Amino acid sequence: MSNVPADLRYTRSHEWIRNLPDGTVEIGITDHAQHALGDLVFVEVPEAGRSLKAGEASAVVESVKAASDVYSPLSGEVTAGNPRLATEPEAVNTDPYGNGWLMRMRPAAGSATEGLMSADDYLKFLETEGG
Amino acid sequence: MRTAEKVIFEYSRPGRGASDQWPPETPAAATADLPASLRRARRPLLPEVGELEAVRHFTRLSQLNFSIDTHFYPLGSCTMKYNPKACNQYAMLPEFLGRHPLAPESHGQGFLACLFELQEMLKEVTGMQAVALSPMAGAHGEFAGVAMIRAYHRARGDLARNEIIVPEAAHGTNPATATMCGCTVREIPVDAQGDIDLQALRAAVGPNTAGIMLTNPSTLGVFERRIEEVARIVHAAGGLLYYDGANLNAILGKVRPGDMGFDVIHMNLHKTFSTPHGGGGPGAGAVGVAARLQPFLPIPVVGREPPGESGAAPRYRWLTEKDLPQSIGRLSGFMGNAGVLLRAYVYMRMLGREGMSRVGEYATLNANYLLARLRQAGFDAAYPQRRASHEFIITLRRQARDLGVTAMDFAKRLLDLGFHAPTTYFPLLVPECLLIEPTETESRDVLDAFVAAMVQIQNEAEQEPERVTGAPHTMPVRRLDDVRAAKQLDLRWKPTA
Amino acid sequence: MAFIPHTPADVEAMLAAIGVPDIQALFDEIPASLRVKSLQGVPTEMNEMQIGRLMSERARADGRPLCFIGAGAYEHHIPAAVWAITTRGEFYSAYTPYQAEASQGTLQLIYEYQTMMASLTGMEVSNASLYDGASAVAEACLMAVRANRKSKSMRILMPRTVNPHYRKVAAATAGNQGLRFEEVAYAPDTGCTALEVLQKCAAGDDITAVVIQQPNFFGQLEDVDAITDWAHARGTFVIASVNPTSLALLKPPGEWGTKGADIVVGEGQPLGVPLSSGGPYFGFMTTRMEYVRQMPGRIAGRTVDLSGRPGFTLTLQAREQHIRRAKATSNICTNQGLLMTAATIYLSLMGPVGLERTAAASHAQTRELVAAITTGKGVRRAFSGPFFHESVLLLDRPVAPVLATLASRGILGGLELSEHYPELGHALLVCATETKTQADIDSYVAALADVMQKARAA
Repeated sequence: MSNVPADLRYTRSHEWIRNLPDGTVEIGITDHAQHALGDLVFVEVPEAGRSLKAGEASAVVESVKAASDVYSPLSGEVTAGNPRLATEPEAVNTDPYGNGWLMRMRPAAGSATEGLMSADDYLKFLETEGG
Repeated sequence: MRTAEKVIFEYSRPGRGASDQWPPETPAAATADLPASLRRARRPLLPEVGELEAVRHFTRLSQLNFSIDTHFYPLGSCTMKYNPKACNQYAMLPEFLGRHPLAPESHGQGFLACLFELQEMLKEVTGMQAVALSPMAGAHGEFAGVAMIRAYHRARGDLARNEIIVPEAAHGTNPATATMCGCTVREIPVDAQGDIDLQALRAAVGPNTAGIMLTNPSTLGVFERRIEEVARIVHAAGGLLYYDGANLNAILGKVRPGDMGFDVIHMNLHKTFSTPHGGGGPGAGAVGVAARLQPFLPIPVVGREPPGESGAAPRYRWLTEKDLPQSIGRLSGFMGNAGVLLRAYVYMRMLGREGMSRVGEYATLNANYLLARLRQAGFDAAYPQRRASHEFIITLRRQARDLGVTAMDFAKRLLDLGFHAPTTYFPLLVPECLLIEPTETESRDVLDAFVAAMVQIQNEAEQEPERVTGAPHTMPVRRLDDVRAAKQLDLRWKPTA
Repeated sequence: MAFIPHTPADVEAMLAAIGVPDIQALFDEIPASLRVKSLQGVPTEMNEMQIGRLMSERARADGRPLCFIGAGAYEHHIPAAVWAITTRGEFYSAYTPYQAEASQGTLQLIYEYQTMMASLTGMEVSNASLYDGASAVAEACLMAVRANRKSKSMRILMPRTVNPHYRKVAAATAGNQGLRFEEVAYAPDTGCTALEVLQKCAAGDDITAVVIQQPNFFGQLEDVDAITDWAHARGTFVIASVNPTSLALLKPPGEWGTKGADIVVGEGQPLGVPLSSGGPYFGFMTTRMEYVRQMPGRIAGRTVDLSGRPGFTLTLQAREQHIRRAKATSNICTNQGLLMTAATIYLSLMGPVGLERTAAASHAQTRELVAAITTGKGVRRAFSGPFFHESVLLLDRPVAPVLATLASRGILGGLELSEHYPELGHALLVCATETKTQADIDSYVAALADVMQKARAA
């Protein structure tokens, strides 16, 4: 049974989004995703200043089993990639919602957060997926 | 088994070397014309060891390997059959070995005759109209096949056909190849019996369909029973059928892909035709085509001039872009893995039509026997109502659930018991699976011994599971830390000083 | 012979265990209409004695002419130990080392090979080999597209001095993924790629990579430092395609210009692999650590096992199946394991000194050959400037008939270049390695003079 914090929003591709007080958002991958990947050996995060469109491949998470693209849930500009992950990719496994955050971005005006799932919806989604 | 061996650089001593093998020293004047700015300043890091030291080192390394020559190696879809020594011996005759690829055809008629006859034999056993030998591996042959399908549609002006259909159980190289050729991939499901879902197929084909990539028997180890219907559906929609020949050993001599309706196939000569696996190559991925794809074959192909006066020997020559102006092009620097092709030729000549007919039969007999004995011993088949082809799948889902012992654990414990493990965790559709292909060159005794080993491991799993989950215990190394290997990359030896 | 060990008693017992009356019953799922009636088109079986005779006859028909052809495949002495060990069953009949515990021999050998190739090319990391030198160039271009983040054009500058077959393979392999290969002319006097010409081809545009072959196809030595620095100054990757034997004497690509080449590839055949009509050979690829995740092919790494003992395993495998949507991809991830094994043993027997001597002797013999031939009438060097162990000669008459006559006398005089370089006229690419003695060179020179003199008189 994976961990799904109630105060975050989620995507069908297993990313989570947290609204930060300064108007930016923080993005990472869920407990379900990190478990499926296994121990991460390498994470590539986008550089600050890069602009992204919703659905665009923005980061890569690599384990011994698989390398997966992480898709940006929103359009906007990256304000930071998590520097810890260059030397400690396993932080995504041990603390996926905390120290294992991947990137922060400033969402573009009018960028849709309505399409994002609530914690309850994501849990239901995981059940139907067989997760 | 022998324990580990030092890295060769640890034997190096300055000034040592197999100096008897070297040319004499050339006077400096002979290379004085090489500009100083382009000369190498520091010697490369290469071993400095005597000949006997090198021979011992590499011989000891070889003794750390499992191989067909030493162990039963039932890897599914890899066809680890005996590599006859005669194939190696005759492919390595000095004249064949010493021939330059660009030597004139006048000094290559023997070699070219072997390759031409190989093309002809491969055509006959697969039911195809033409064969090209230059792709250098299975994936390379796949690339050629899909590229030819694409070229065919484009030549007809049908530029919309860019979609390749792939069953969900397909090997990963299939969709990767499609993407590499600039196509998109569309997956369709297989049903619970392992056959393609025909309704899904009918819904999937249309004006965008370039073709479908199939293996038959499939990666699930079962024969696609309605293959003729599949062919009709795809052809009617304007698409072509591609056959992945990885499992050709199951049907060699019994069924021909050309007769099933396939337009293009690739064969793995290093599987079905017993050329050596070599620790990861060289392979050879010959391709065969129906008549409508012949103009697109990759060059070069061996051609034969019609004999002139009666009694004159046939003359062989290379067919190149001039002969095949619509060819998808050249895929190899020269003409593919020529030495591998000679080995396949020797193998096929030794088998002849009589032997070829027996390969599919005995590969299938061995697989069905092994499946029956394993089921009798209590193991679960993934498709219990189906005949095995030349391979079959056992699922250890029950053991994983009830005993906490996985397919990976069984595989590692098999190594201790002197068997190379079968393929594990492929196909992805079946959880905790072992894909087992014995091949026709294994005796009944070997198969019985394998069953006994599996029974022993099952007993251990029930009574002292750590024996299995901690395996292997008697190999030169125990389980290796893959995570560390990928995180702390150590990809070359470095001197400590 | 089919190498099937079953006795009739075995078959009977096995059929009983399965519960079928005969072997044909095992094929009852296959529609009868599809079953093969006979394989009449395949000849009848042969035993070893018979196939041995046939192959010996065919080999004899091809003979063993004296070979002065290079052009991408080079005849070097291969110590007997190389193939005696490489054809040991434990190497020959082993599979790809996926079960690492059962494949430490192969995996450690790959690690040693990677070490040698990285050092030989002056780079930081090597893969476990690719199919051949031609496909390695194609793979390097695809890799440059992935790795060169600053470039989006997918345009690759491809000088005509790069092996013509390699250029064709690159186009056939990577053309379907949007890569554009742009030809660059060579200077007619030096047979080399001039910087000004590269600059003109590139103009001010975004060019993803430039390929430099050293020595080039003509055997001439390119101005690699200037070209490398020029490329890097404008954000273009440098792909080096090199002869591994030459690297014992010539500066490795890792030391070209200020920063060194980005990706190095080449044909590994000169390292202990026989000519064998063009294959199997192997391609090598090395690069900087920062690009290791973009490199195709297998890679072995050292790690530890559960007991802390060192061991070897395939690593970074996730990249092989990873398909990045925006960038070009590869499905080529096999290696030419047996050939890489032979090369590793060869390099261990040669060592740095033996390889250097081989390179020097090959160059010396080619110089000797060229000097001797060009004293004769009607033959001169095509290009000025430094070369390495191969050279283009111009004859005063068509080359093909001359070569045909030489061949009938048991001498393969070189490669005629009119197919790929018609603008050169009557051009012949010759090569001599350390395997050619003074007597061999003398016979070639004498035969050529004789053939040309007779042709002149006719």
